[in-house]
Amino acid sequence: MSIDLKISGEVELVKVNEPSENQYLKRVKDFFEDVTKLTRFTFRFFKEVVKPRYEFNEFFKQSYLIGYKSFPLVAITGFIMGLVLTIQSRPTLVDFGAESWLPAMVAVSIVREIGPVITALIFAGKVGSGIGAELASMKVTEQIDAMEVSGMNPFKYIVVTRVLSATLMLPVLVVAADAIALYGAYIGVNLKGDVNVHLFFLQVFEKLSFSDVFPAIIKTFFFGFAVGLIGCYKGYNSNNGTEGVGKSANAAVVIGSLAVFIIDMIAVQITSLFI
Amino acid sequence: MENIVAEISRLKKSFGRNDVLKDINLKIEKGKNLVVCGKSGSGKSVLIKCLVGLIEPDDGKIILFGKNISDLNDDELNLLRKKIGFLFQSAALYDSMTVRENLEFPLRDVKLKSKDEIDTLVLEALKNVGLENAIDKMPSELSGGMRKRVGLARALILKPEIILYDEPTTGLDPITSKEISQLILDVQKKYNTASIIITHDVGCARITANRMIIIKDGASVTEGTFKELSESKDKWVNSFFK
Ligand SMILES: Nc1ncnc2c1ncn2[C@@H]1O[C@H](COP(=O)(O)OP(=O)(O)OP(=O)(O)O)[C@@H](O)[C@H]1O
Ligand SMILES: [Mg+2]
Repeated sequence: MSIDLKISGEVELVKVNEPSENQYLKRVKDFFEDVTKLTRFTFRFFKEVVKPRYEFNEFFKQSYLIGYKSFPLVAITGFIMGLVLTIQSRPTLVDFGAESWLPAMVAVSIVREIGPVITALIFAGKVGSGIGAELASMKVTEQIDAMEVSGMNPFKYIVVTRVLSATLMLPVLVVAADAIALYGAYIGVNLKGDVNVHLFFLQVFEKLSFSDVFPAIIKTFFFGFAVGLIGCYKGYNSNNGTEGVGKSANAAVVIGSLAVFIIDMIAVQITSLFI
Repeated sequence: MENIVAEISRLKKSFGRNDVLKDINLKIEKGKNLVVCGKSGSGKSVLIKCLVGLIEPDDGKIILFGKNISDLNDDELNLLRKKIGFLFQSAALYDSMTVRENLEFPLRDVKLKSKDEIDTLVLEALKNVGLENAIDKMPSELSGGMRKRVGLARALILKPEIILYDEPTTGLDPITSKEISQLILDVQKKYNTASIIITHDVGCARITANRMIIIKDGASVTEGTFKELSESKDKWVNSFFK
């Protein structure tokens, strides 16, 4: 018996070159296309969020998953943040002979900047990637299509609930993280020195004003919104099969984190106008 | 005709340079099963997704319950979709929900249903596909064939007027396949539903088909009863029945 072996089809040799000018142009075009689509997605969110019916059950379930389930991670990072920041800041303040300023200084940097931003980044890593991967796999396995054919509005059920939960849960997490970080700072202060709780928090709240706390909390709503929206956008518009799931999760974290910094920058500019 | 619940004419759809559907014409009548055959990748799944508006066709007309679906807004389309059951090729069960919640999901908007009524409906639907023991399992705990059957139960639970089955018996053993084919037939008889059944399973086609249609090169080439097509002189058509 002879085996007739025939190789059919031609093997194309693909040259790996620097991307040509055309490809750069395509990337720029893709970028703007993405921005347009994201803008439309955002408008759609605002349109659907006010329209009944309201998916309360799913919203509460997501808030539990997004908020409560992120708490341990946020608590640990918060504690370490406070502790480490205190230990690191002490030598400089000692040099200036301003050691007694330590609680106040650490508190202000945590509440104004480090607490919200670090927590939002952790949130983007955990929640953003989770949403991105979950929605992408729902898309790939046709679960979103299945919802649509059953006469439901999957955008409302899936996207609106998650974005809302992320928007409302992140500020709560940030407040918790700030509080735990201050406790970490208290322990940090007491590693070399002896300040009792009462005195520590007296020093903290003497320097911490409303204008520190309020804008810092407001911006976290925007952080949460951006992380949730970008995670949903990346997942909901995923294609390319299972490979797309990983890509969506990845893009959700990268773009979500970037968005947090950009919003932070804008927020600082705006607050400095008023205060 | 009064009896026609859905009609597709001159349907065209391409993905990039891949012309999947070029000229599809078909009608489904109330109380009749239409079996659709065709090679893998010939666009059968795309066809039924176009029918319910999941995929937007490039050209052609789709009439559902006498309405052209391209003229409808989202809310109107959703109302029509509630009268249609859809079994996905991949079953498409909701991973984050138990089997029970999967089946309850299409019932969410149906008013006037008490908890008891819903429970009875769910249990009855699962009994039909022989899975009443799996009611509290998660989809990830089910085998491929079981998922398919849960998907089928979910598609049937609202007693829709049109049911679209995408390969209902693929991946099932011959005995279960036969039971499912029988179930499809029972549903048709009992509720006078119209269906499209996509299948490669000759046994299933024999049991369920009132009419059959074969897709080749993106067009609906042959149409007839199971008997006519299985005795066809055309070699290519005939090869489906071997
Ligand atoms: N969303 C999509 N984007 C791009 N191409 C697609 C898409 N969906 C389907 N196709 C292409 O359309 C063609 C038909 O796909 P379809 O799933 O309808 O085949 P099928 O007839 O159902 O095959 P099978 O019997 O294997 O299920 C395939 O070539 C597929 O690559
Ligand atoms: Mg298919």
